[in-house]
Amino acid sequence: MADSTLYKYVLSLGDDALVSAQRLAQWTYKAPFLEEDIALSNISLDLFGRANLYLEYAAELKGGNTTADHLAFKRNERQFTNLLICEHPNGNFADTNVRNLFLDTFHKLFLEKLVESKDKQLAAIAEKARKENSYHFRHSSSWVIRLGDGTKESNSKVQTALNNLWMFTGELFEMNKVDLEMSSQKIGVDREALKPQWKSIITDVLTEATLNIPEDVFMTSGGRDGIHTEHLGHLLSDMQYLQRAYPNAAW
Amino acid sequence: MVKEISVDTIWELLHKIPDPEIPSISIVELGVVRNVKFNEDNFHITVTPTYSGCPAMSFMKDEIVRAMEAEGISNYQLHTSLAPPWTTDWMSTEVKEKLKEAGIAPPSEKVQCPQCDSPKVESISEFGSTACKALYKCNTCAEIFHYFKKF
Ligand SMILES: [Zn+2]
Repeated sequence: MADSTLYKYVLSLGDDALVSAQRLAQWTYKAPFLEEDIALSNISLDLFGRANLYLEYAAELKGGNTTADHLAFKRNERQFTNLLICEHPNGNFADTNVRNLFLDTFHKLFLEKLVESKDKQLAAIAEKARKENSYHFRHSSSWVIRLGDGTKESNSKVQTALNNLWMFTGELFEMNKVDLEMSSQKIGVDREALKPQWKSIITDVLTEATLNIPEDVFMTSGGRDGIHTEHLGHLLSDMQYLQRAYPNAAW
Repeated sequence: MVKEISVDTIWELLHKIPDPEIPSISIVELGVVRNVKFNEDNFHITVTPTYSGCPAMSFMKDEIVRAMEAEGISNYQLHTSLAPPWTTDWMSTEVKEKLKEAGIAPPSEKVQCPQCDSPKVESISEFGSTACKALYKCNTCAEIFHYFKKF
């Protein structure tokens, strides 16, 4: 049986959260200082929780013996449908905070709409994630402001991060067939419609941070179709190692 | 003897399960247990997660299972609900007092030092040892303390 549109939709949201969580977890034990190490690890944990909620729901929609673990650990790179920005390497501390700012700002707007979903389970997940995301947004936006409005060195590092990551932000607002169908059924969110507000929040943060908004350049995409950057495979090989080496290991 | 067990008995048992991170309060006081109902020969216990990534959640569920089994109760089902989402507003004044006694500043609009009640505190980190806590410092008595975030 072909996968339902709702399944594909929920899975893509779960993949975004899971890949972001795994990426952020790579800061654990090597953040610039202890409190920050704990903060990034906690945000990662929230995202793993969010991923678990989405993927458990996706597994239920898929039916059969599918579990959330199955979806996380037994799919290949091409079967992952996360947006490319989620898999982007952590880089330096400025790179990570810029990536988080782009995503947290997007989720702030996206989840606000998803709580109105006609699908009760999606609405409940969104309500839960929305509260947590407000902490994440505070964290990433305050760091971008601190670093931007900091020293010459920190300012130039955030500006470089912004310029490098900007090309991945177009994909946040792309509507594929699944998005269009879910949005027309009032289950999903019209991502495209969130762009002006997103740009306005980002502009406010960057202005306060004395940073320049990058000019719209070529925007890359493909994540939703399973066309990823070379970085995802490495991330998955690390995350899936145990289940691949010892299938069905449990403890 | 199943018939001697009531919904109240279940609540009492749940009241005895401590929060794994803050043992001075129970999982009922924390607001994790939302409902206990008896329906078609089964007790239905509904719990809700605090933070969606809270690793203590599965531990709390295991503790509920252990508590039921220790009393020989087998006719129960454990459910998880997400809506309405958990909030610290569900904590009673009494519970907030217990947190304070344990050296943790309770959730509130205004953070105060749990040792000397001073409002002159500063945030060290929004994220403490667990997702639900932030790290603060008291500028009056120099105590470093956890604040249970208003959520
Ligand atoms: Zn004090």
